Amino acid sequence: MCGIVGLFLKDKSLEPKLGEMLSEMLVSLSDRGPDSAGIAIYGAPSKNEAKITIQSAKPTRDFRDLDIELAKAIGAPVSIAVKSTHAVVRTAPAKIDETREAIQALRPDIRIMGAGDVVEIYKEVGLPEAVVDRFDLRKMTGTHGIGHTRMATESAVTTMGAHPFSTGADQCLVHNGSLSNHNNVRRELIREGMKFETENDTEVAAAYLSSQMAHGKNLGEALEGTLSDLDGFFTFVVGTKNGFGVVRDPIACKPAVMAETDQYVAFGSEYRALTKLPGIDNARVWEPEPATVYFWEH
Amino acid sequence: MPATKLSKAATQDQASRIFDLDVSSLRELNQALHNLTPGSNETAWEVLHPKGSHSVAVGVDQPVSIDVRGSVGYYCGGMNSGSTITVHGSAGPGVGENMMSGAIIVKGDASQYAGATGKGGLLVIEGNASSRCGISMKGIDIVVHGNIGHMSAFMAQSGNLVVLGNAGDALGDSIYEARLFVRGKVDSLGADCIAKEMRPEHLELLQGLLDRAGVTGVKPSEFKRYGSARTLYNFNIDNADAY
Repeated sequence: MCGIVGLFLKDKSLEPKLGEMLSEMLVSLSDRGPDSAGIAIYGAPSKNEAKITIQSAKPTRDFRDLDIELAKAIGAPVSIAVKSTHAVVRTAPAKIDETREAIQALRPDIRIMGAGDVVEIYKEVGLPEAVVDRFDLRKMTGTHGIGHTRMATESAVTTMGAHPFSTGADQCLVHNGSLSNHNNVRRELIREGMKFETENDTEVAAAYLSSQMAHGKNLGEALEGTLSDLDGFFTFVVGTKNGFGVVRDPIACKPAVMAETDQYVAFGSEYRALTKLPGIDNARVWEPEPATVYFWEH
Repeated sequence: MPATKLSKAATQDQASRIFDLDVSSLRELNQALHNLTPGSNETAWEVLHPKGSHSVAVGVDQPVSIDVRGSVGYYCGGMNSGSTITVHGSAGPGVGENMMSGAIIVKGDASQYAGATGKGGLLVIEGNASSRCGISMKGIDIVVHGNIGHMSAFMAQSGNLVVLGNAGDALGDSIYEARLFVRGKVDSLGADCIAKEMRPEHLELLQGLLDRAGVTGVKPSEFKRYGSARTLYNFNIDNADAY
């Protein structure tokens, strides 16, 4: 099973409601995957700061004074906003790699969920409703976002096994299905220098796309590559800094439905995820074709 | 004439039992439908705000009419036996799965495996159907006004699939005995599925299906017939590649 949602806004006036809309969509698919849930939200870009979303099982211990210690370590201002088990660290874009290394050196137990100029990622075990409430996701604003509610098949029910998976700056991916050649692809990507946090097949797909894009492909071309290089069942929904993409494998047995209006492009594993969107009754609604790449960019 | 229509609509409204799924639960709707007994006067039902719910009106076994105002999720009208269900919207995966008799009319599009394993009755999709339409059909008649996706009529055993538009890849893969009529192009035929001659009895059969599905202005002679080459009935080593 697993449930996926995605929402890419064209109409700026909806941006304040992105979190609310995406949360509704995710919660409506709770019974497709009750073991964990996650959401990635692309907020407004800021010229002078980039973000790292971090997670800790012991947030009070790990997040206390982290901003002060990080600022000292990298020699630049750092701010930190804590939300339950997650926190968003903000610093100058040029200092982002250094900050990442400093986090891992100072607090080895902290897990990095994702990093980039605009993305924030929140994921935890539990029902979508609980995850949405825990991180107050309904209040978030942004341009686009993706979400996932998981029924674990390929790896353990843990925070890190939840989706979205982010393996590159501002990139993330959610997946419904299972891959059969992920161990081979993982080995190849490790040889290229990619690092993996889990045994999860979806993390391999995310890293595959990051690797393709690092080699100069655009999102559409990278998604095209999944059709020949990844084996198994998949519906992928992918976010980049300014883009949103969808692809299904050639068998296409994992469900998918899309809707487009002048205001947005939306994706859901089932139509019921889309029923509360504005203007859905007059939207163009269709089922994405197998082995066909769809993507939009701002 | 408008007056006649209005008065007819008014009578129907009075007689029809309305279930608003914003107010009632799906379980209440299906239980009320299952409680119907032969000869019941509650012959007209209306379902409001289905909002993509799963299993709307499954397992109905009385000859009532059910109008669903909006789009439904998985398995709408599954196992239908005798009722006429009209979905005024689109249908999710498995609409009319294992239907025994009666009719289901989808005004919009249908998702994957529409009419799967159906043993009887008529399924009409006025929009497009997706992949695996009529998979393992066992006697159902399916009429699709638009196109159908890949692997449709996979392992079909009996019944008729009529497509006014185009068919995707591997139509009729490993087909046993069903008749497939396609008016548009077929991307490719699956294992053991071949084009067949349209004999007078097929033209007559097709005309009957088009009439029952409310299709007008389309002639049976515009269709091609496809069916089983029957080479995979018994294992034969020469056919090993086709299995």
